[in-house]
Amino acid sequence: MQNELLQYTLRLGDNALILGQRLAEWCGHGPILEQDIALSNIALDQLGQARMLMQYAAELKGSESTEDKMAFFRDVTEYNNLLLLELENGDWGKTIARQFLFDTYNYFLYTELLNSKDDHIRAVAQKAIKEITYHAQWSAEWVIRLGDGTEESHERIQNAINDLWEWSGEMFTMDAIDEAMLKAGIGADLNKIKADWHEKVSMILDMATLEKPEADWFQSGGKQGEHTEYLGFLLAEMQHLPRMYPEASW
Amino acid sequence: MVLSENQIWQWLEDVSDPEIPVLSVVDLGVVRHVDINHDHPIVTITPTYSGCPAMNEIEENIRKKLKEEGLETIEVKTILSPAWTTDWMTENGKKKLQEFGIAPPEGSSADKSVLFGKAKQVTCPKCKSTNTSMISQFGSTACKSLYKCEDCKEPFDYFKCI
Repeated sequence: MQNELLQYTLRLGDNALILGQRLAEWCGHGPILEQDIALSNIALDQLGQARMLMQYAAELKGSESTEDKMAFFRDVTEYNNLLLLELENGDWGKTIARQFLFDTYNYFLYTELLNSKDDHIRAVAQKAIKEITYHAQWSAEWVIRLGDGTEESHERIQNAINDLWEWSGEMFTMDAIDEAMLKAGIGADLNKIKADWHEKVSMILDMATLEKPEADWFQSGGKQGEHTEYLGFLLAEMQHLPRMYPEASW
Repeated sequence: MVLSENQIWQWLEDVSDPEIPVLSVVDLGVVRHVDINHDHPIVTITPTYSGCPAMNEIEENIRKKLKEEGLETIEVKTILSPAWTTDWMTENGKKKLQEFGIAPPEGSSADKSVLFGKAKQVTCPKCKSTNTSMISQFGSTACKSLYKCEDCKEPFDYFKCI
């Protein structure tokens, strides 16, 4: 049970950390100042949530474990984030599409986790849901703005949604860890979230004059540590300093 | 000297938020409890936003202030639950924000209209006009959004209600 809780916490933490790192790549490169700041703000929220979860994971793991060891000294196969979040940023449309698909999921997920029987997960959820609510609203508004914008913006956001769709199914796959956590009243029922997610995503895509893809085959593996080639490069950049100078501190 | 909780609360009024220096950590509502255990103060704080970069500095500044007042062993604890809300900001804090040029949070965090895309009516801290509009939901720090006043044309920060 302890091990399943550790894995579950790491999955949540890894999602937050990897997405935070990807969004941080935008810092200084946003199309306009306000949106550059918006992405950095969202990245910072994700990093903050990742820290709260990694601290808890380190506590569960015990011995010499720390949040920094969790973040900087695990390798690709030990990361449990969703594949969707490690993909490269691409253009603005792809970044927005990824954010929208994930924020909507994350909003419903953390809403469920508000009732978690685990005190720490519940406390993180109470904190995080306030931030995620703002993220979800922001990315949904951008999907509508791009979809219902110019011919160019419409085409680019539609292509981004189409390209990313096959990476979205993994959010709802329940494996043994998810089942155990649901049974223990700690984790969320991903089937329930799937229904809520589809309803919200359909509504926003409709408002954005975009088509909802119909593909029913999905990529998977991230939650179990099987990743795309992109994650290694991301980790190399994120981890090189603490690995080169393990005693480095601010 | 017998140490009292009231005395510590009073000292904490002098510890300001590093990002919004007009507010003390007490005005902001990040100090949740002050306890005394055998003459040693235990100050419990909670982060405003999970990624708030000011938290470490706030902790350090609390230690520094209490050391200056002659206290030796000081414990500062961080708790996550209950999650911080703008409802904990003191009236005095809201007034100070307004005078500093930042619009204070409007209404209560229980109002979920923002979830449904409804913008709040925010008053311009400069000319008090309510004819204002949001430029961006995300501002100079995690806790603020960016607004502009349609009457006096000034852009200003709005402290988000969470």
